[in-house]
Amino acid sequence: MAKTILKRVLQAIPVLFVVITATFILTRMVPGDPAITMLGPQASPDAVAELREQLGLNEPMWKQYIDYLLGVLQGDFGWSTSYNGDVMPLILSRLPATLSITMTGLIIAALVGIPIGVESALHQNSILDYVFMVVALVGVSMPIFWLGLMLVLTFSVNLGLLPAMGMGTFSNGVWDVVSHMILPVFCLATIPAATLARISRSSMLDTIGTDYIKSLRSRGIKETLVIWKHAFKNALPPIVTVLGLQIASAFTGAILTETIFSWPGLGTLIVNAVNGRDYSLIQGTVLFTAVVFVVINLVVDIIYAVINPRVSYEGGGQN
Amino acid sequence: MAATENKGSALGVEAQLEMVRRERKANNAWHKLSRNKMAVVGLVIVVVMVLMAVFANQLSPYDPNAIDMTNAYAAPGSEGHIFGTDNYGRDLLSRIIFGARISIFVAVGGTLVGAFIGVLVGLVAGFFGGLLDSIIMRVMDGMMSFPFVLLALILMTILGQGAINVVIALGIGNIPYFARVVRGQVHIVKNEEYCNAERVLGASPVRILFTHILPNAMSPIIVYFTLNVASAIISEAALSFLGMGITPPTASWGNILSGGRTCLRTSPHIATISGIFILITVLGFNLLGDGIRDVFDPKQKQ
Repeated sequence: MAKTILKRVLQAIPVLFVVITATFILTRMVPGDPAITMLGPQASPDAVAELREQLGLNEPMWKQYIDYLLGVLQGDFGWSTSYNGDVMPLILSRLPATLSITMTGLIIAALVGIPIGVESALHQNSILDYVFMVVALVGVSMPIFWLGLMLVLTFSVNLGLLPAMGMGTFSNGVWDVVSHMILPVFCLATIPAATLARISRSSMLDTIGTDYIKSLRSRGIKETLVIWKHAFKNALPPIVTVLGLQIASAFTGAILTETIFSWPGLGTLIVNAVNGRDYSLIQGTVLFTAVVFVVINLVVDIIYAVINPRVSYEGGGQN
Repeated sequence: MAATENKGSALGVEAQLEMVRRERKANNAWHKLSRNKMAVVGLVIVVVMVLMAVFANQLSPYDPNAIDMTNAYAAPGSEGHIFGTDNYGRDLLSRIIFGARISIFVAVGGTLVGAFIGVLVGLVAGFFGGLLDSIIMRVMDGMMSFPFVLLALILMTILGQGAINVVIALGIGNIPYFARVVRGQVHIVKNEEYCNAERVLGASPVRILFTHILPNAMSPIIVYFTLNVASAIISEAALSFLGMGITPPTASWGNILSGGRTCLRTSPHIATISGIFILITVLGFNLLGDGIRDVFDPKQKQ
């Protein structure tokens, strides 16, 4: 297993290299001149030329790439023109806000989605199963930003129960913080919960049908023990994989959810960077999220290898 | 002649033929799909939406871009406008019908582009293996590391807004997913006996790829394609919602929804109705995709 994990870690290195390089190329392809964007359209040509020299934009492309690589490796992501500050501290200051809603959303999704999927599998083809699965299917088919708007419409506009935008502060009491989080978290939890319910159900159905579980039952072992200790444990690997994918794709949800609820996190930072053509900030945020994605995937794969010793990467099938 | 009179033996022949006929029918993918109720519902939704998109000119009661400021923000059910009107007094039903055309075109187009390139990449990587496979798959992993909407958003800033550019952006974003699905299938198929036999007989790799491996990899591709159209519809809407997709006045479900956001408090019908159409269509493609998967792979029942 140690070999499997090592192999997987080594695999992640070229992926990181691809990500870093692709980010450089993509950012260079965004149209417009960073110097003009920074100085504004009225700037004199001399000032623009001077700034271009300062930013290293007159250097040959390979030199710019090497400088960028060295910067990234030292955690230097450049200077944000629209926020007037270093990019890295800016990203780190926005990160907690994003993590607070995405992680809470995912935890709730797991706590709701997985038991629903397991219950559905245990009562396959019952009315309960049918209702759960229809709800889950609607859940995975829902555009997250539409769900967000409908939540705002119902709970803020019509019922006036919850705030529609912004983040609460603890100085206004705990309820201020919680009430601002409810709608974004609900929004972010829905799709992962539905996806987890679907995969948990199908994975449990596969496991329950095996001879191993049948023989445990025939030996008179307590049903709850059979289900949660044996069947669920065996059904877990695909569920972990999907959970990992959901963690990784939570960021896409965060971009849209934060835009709707004006949540001051990484998602709104990226949208502002793109709209304001803040090149270093685009580069920094894109690179940051992609690197986080690679690391999360790596961790999920290692967990997967630990809970499911049969797995071996690239080997295909041998024990 | 005598045999037909003799009930016993005639029944034998007829019954056998009937059995063969029934068996064929039961194994026919189309028949299997038609017995799956959920899949049929999905298929009906998809067909209705596609017909709506194709016959938008005939079905639409108004010109989707006809501005009537005196009649702006009319509520649903008001005279002549079943779904009401938007901020320019344009008929919402007409815009939804024409929006179907753009949204479905972009979703299917983007998926097609991604599928075409992704399938080729996956075939090459899976078939030739070795270093080439490693390099290709690490590049694909790298592409998948960018959150999908974020990658599409950056590509849209590079390409500029517009329907064709959304197709390209979604297409590029979809490549690694198709490549992965196909590569996995190639690995399964390429060591089958008949492929080895072809190789021994001296068939070229290209021939083996396209006459044996690709057809065998087709069913997961079709399933993935259908499910992917569903998510592409949402992605187009997301891009338009972030202001980087289809530019108004051209109607797409995403930009109608986006427009509805600004007047959510006063005229909630615009965002509500456009979102419901997105939801139903995505649901339709998801049901159909699940159904097709059950037909091709009965083991993997959802």
